[in-house]
Amino acid sequence: MSEYIVQMKNIVREFPGVRALRGVDFDLRPGIVHALMGENGAGKSTLMKCLIGIHMPTEGKIFFHDKEVHIPDTITALRMGISMIHQELSPVLDRTVMENIWIAREPMWGPLGLFVDHKKMYSMTKKLLEELELDLDPREQVRRLTVAKMQMMEIAKAVSFNAEVVIMDEPTSALTPNEVAHLFKVIRSLKAKGVAVVYITHKLEEIFEIADEVTVFRDGSLIVTKPASVMTIDSLISYMVGRKLDEMFPKIECPIGETKLEVRHLSVPSLIEDASFTARRGEILGISGLVGAGRTELMEAIFGLRARSSGEILIDGKVVTIDSPVDAIRQGIGFLTEDRRSTGIVPTTSVKWNAVIAHLDHYIDRIGFINHRKVNSDSNLYRDKLSIKTPSIETIIQNLSGGNQQKVLVARWLLTGPDILILDEPTRGIDVGAKAEIHTIITKLAGEGKTIIMVSSELPEILGMSDRIVVVCEGKITGIVDRKDATQELIMRYATNAASYVSASA
Amino acid sequence: MAGSNVVTIKRILSKYAIFFVLLVMGIALSALSPSFLTPHNLINVFITAAGPGMLALGEGLVIISRGIDISVGSIVSLTSVVSACLIQDPSYSARIFPNLPQLPVIVPVLAGMTTGVLVGCFNGFFIAYTAIPPMIATLGTMVIARGLALLITNAFPVPMLRHEFKILGQGNIGPIPIMVIVFICLAIVTWVILNHTKFGKNIYFIGGNVNAARVSGVKVEKNIIIVYAFCGFCASLAGILMTARAASGIATLGLNYEMDAIAAATIGGTSQLGGVGTAGGMVVGVLILGVLNNGLLLLGVSPYLQQIIKGLIIIGSVVIDMRKNVRGRK
Repeated sequence: MSEYIVQMKNIVREFPGVRALRGVDFDLRPGIVHALMGENGAGKSTLMKCLIGIHMPTEGKIFFHDKEVHIPDTITALRMGISMIHQELSPVLDRTVMENIWIAREPMWGPLGLFVDHKKMYSMTKKLLEELELDLDPREQVRRLTVAKMQMMEIAKAVSFNAEVVIMDEPTSALTPNEVAHLFKVIRSLKAKGVAVVYITHKLEEIFEIADEVTVFRDGSLIVTKPASVMTIDSLISYMVGRKLDEMFPKIECPIGETKLEVRHLSVPSLIEDASFTARRGEILGISGLVGAGRTELMEAIFGLRARSSGEILIDGKVVTIDSPVDAIRQGIGFLTEDRRSTGIVPTTSVKWNAVIAHLDHYIDRIGFINHRKVNSDSNLYRDKLSIKTPSIETIIQNLSGGNQQKVLVARWLLTGPDILILDEPTRGIDVGAKAEIHTIITKLAGEGKTIIMVSSELPEILGMSDRIVVVCEGKITGIVDRKDATQELIMRYATNAASYVSASA
Repeated sequence: MAGSNVVTIKRILSKYAIFFVLLVMGIALSALSPSFLTPHNLINVFITAAGPGMLALGEGLVIISRGIDISVGSIVSLTSVVSACLIQDPSYSARIFPNLPQLPVIVPVLAGMTTGVLVGCFNGFFIAYTAIPPMIATLGTMVIARGLALLITNAFPVPMLRHEFKILGQGNIGPIPIMVIVFICLAIVTWVILNHTKFGKNIYFIGGNVNAARVSGVKVEKNIIIVYAFCGFCASLAGILMTARAASGIATLGLNYEMDAIAAATIGGTSQLGGVGTAGGMVVGVLILGVLNNGLLLLGVSPYLQQIIKGLIIIGSVVIDMRKNVRGRK
C-alpha cells in the first residue's frame, strides 16, 4: 500500500486545438488539504475534472487506493468517494436541503419501495448536519440559503457519499470573512476525518491559512508540489507566472481634479438607504463592504439598471436624468459588471462584437449599415492596447480565458469613451498575471483624468488601488476613508458597523 | 501541421455540413428518380418552398433572439382573408358592398402587410413588456388570429379574386415565378439585416445574453418588438402570395405552417438557445425540407410516412444543435 489515496500518472488531456494537460503526475495523500494554484487555463480545474469523470484523459492512468480505475462519469466518481464542489453551485433551488442532499438516493418505503420516506430522510440529514456541525434546517428551501450555506449543503452531500476526496473549486469567491472562517472550520473537520481536500484557489493568503501542501500549475504542466509551510507569497507568484511580479498594485499617484460625479441621497427600496458620495476626476474611488451589503445594487442604481425611490445624480455639478443604461452611457458612464458570465459577455458571439456592442451607434454609416472596416480596426487596436490574448478578433469570446474575456469587456467600455467608469469586481476569478495587467490599465485611466469607481471584495485590492474608500454596510454608507488613513481594520470596522447588532449569518 | 489541418477540415465540414446534406440529397434523388432533376420539377420545388420559406426567414430571426413565434401560420390565414376581401371581382363583391370601388392591387397588398406587422407588434409588445414566455404569448395570438379570420369569413372561402392580384402568385418574370423572386429578395433582406445593420447585431446580442445586451445600452424591448413585427411581415408576404396563387382567401390557409417554419430554421442551424443562426442556413433549411417533400412524393412514399420522416429529421437537427451549442455555454 502506498501512502497515497489518488495517484494520477502522466495525464494528458487535449481539446480541439489545445493541449490543456501535458503529462501531469499528481499524488494526493489522505487527511490533508492540498491547494492547487495557477493562472486561469493552467490546467488545475481540467485535471480535477479528469478525476471526477467530467473529462476523459486523452492519455494517462488514474489509481485510487493503488488500483487502476476508469472514471467515465461523475456518478462513478461519487460512488467511489470522490466529490467536487464547483465554483458555481447548481442546486435545485425550489426543493429543500434534504431533498438536494439525497437526490436520486432517497430512502424509500412501501411495496417495491414506491414512496419516498421523508421521515427517514429528515433524520438522516439531521444526523449528517450535526456530525459536521452545520447550522442548516433540512426542510429549508434551498432558494432561501446564502451562497455560503449552499456550499455547506454541498459539503454535507459530499460527506453523505462517504467521500474520501473532496475537491473545492474557489469556494470562497462569494463568501464574507465570517463565512470563510466557518468554511475553514468545516474543512479542518473533514481533514480530521481523514478526507483528502483538494482546494483550488486564486487567493494567495488562503494557502497559508488552510493548506498543507501546494501544487502550482502553469500552461498545462505541474510546476511544483511543496508543503505550504515552505512557500511564500513571492515564491508562489513566481511559480505561477514564471517571472517575478514586483507590483500587484501598480498605483501611481496622480493629480486629482474637481468633483465629476455626485450622488445625493440615493435610495432604492429595501436595498439602499440615503447614499451620498462624490467622485473626482482622476480619482480611483474604492467601494468596499461585505458581500450583500448593497455595493452592486448602488452601482446598478447609478447606472439606471435599478429603479430609485429618491435621490439625484449630478455630473459636473448638473443634475442628470439616468433611468436606463442608455441614458447612463449617453452621460459618459461605463459599467463593467460583477458577473462576467451573466451580465458581461455575449457568449455566442465573437471578440469584436463583444467589444463594440455598447458603442455600435458609432459604427453606422450614412445609409444605416455597419462599417465593418471600422469595427475591425477598433477591435484590433484595443486588442493590442490591452494585450488581449486571442487568436483573432473573430474568435468566439467563450474560448478565451477569464482574464482575457475581462479585458474584452474593459475594451467595450473604453470604446464608449467614458468619463466615469464603474468597475464591479474587475479582477474576480482571473489569474494573477491578468489581475496586475488590469490594475495597470485602471491606474492609467485614472491618470488620463477619468473617474474610476471600483467595487471590490478584496481588501488588498481596495487598499492598494483606491484614493478614497466608500464603505457600505447593509445598504448604508457607513464610512468614507482617505487613502492615507485606510487600514484593513478600519474598513472592516465600518463594513460590519451596522451589522454588529444583527446576527452576522444573515 | 497535419493536426491543425484536420481541425480546419473538421471546422469547414461542420460549418457547411448543412449544404453538403442538401447536395447529397439532390444527388441521391437525381439517381433515384429521373424526373427530379428537370427544370419543371425544380421550379415546382421552389414554388412550394417559397411560402413556408418566407415564414422561416422571419421565424429564424425570432429564434436567434431566443424567442419563438407559433402564430405565423395564423398570420398567413388572417392576411389571406383580409387581402382577399379587398380584391374580389366587382361583379362578386357588389352583392355585399354595391358601392365598393375597384381598388388598386396595392391596397390589399398593403392591408395584408399591415395586418401581419400589427399582429407581430402585438406579439412583440407582450413578450417584451410582460414575463409571458414567447411560446405562450404567440399561442394566444395563434388562436386569436385564426379566430378572427374565421369570424370575418364565417369560415367560407373568399373567391373570385381579380386577375391583377392573382398574377402575384401565379405569374412569372422570365422563367422564374414571382413568388420565388420575392422569397429570394426576402432572403437577401434578411441577410443584410443580420450582417449589416445594428438591429441585426442587437438580435444576436439579445439572444446570446439579454442581460449583457441591456447593460451595454441595447434597447431590448424595442428590438424584440421589431423582431416579431418583421416575423409578422414575412408571414403576411407569404399569406398574400399564397392567396394570390390559390386565387381565393381561405381562413385555414397556412395551417401548421409554423411547424415547417421552425423546422426549416432549425435544420438550417438556427440555435434554439438563441444567438446563433445565419440567413444562408435558413434558406438551405427551407430547401432541404422542400427537396425532401418533393423527393418523397416522387418516390411514392406514403404521405403519412412522410410526416414521420420529417419529424425525425427535425428532432435530429435539434440534437445536433444542442451538441454544438450547449457545451460552449456551460
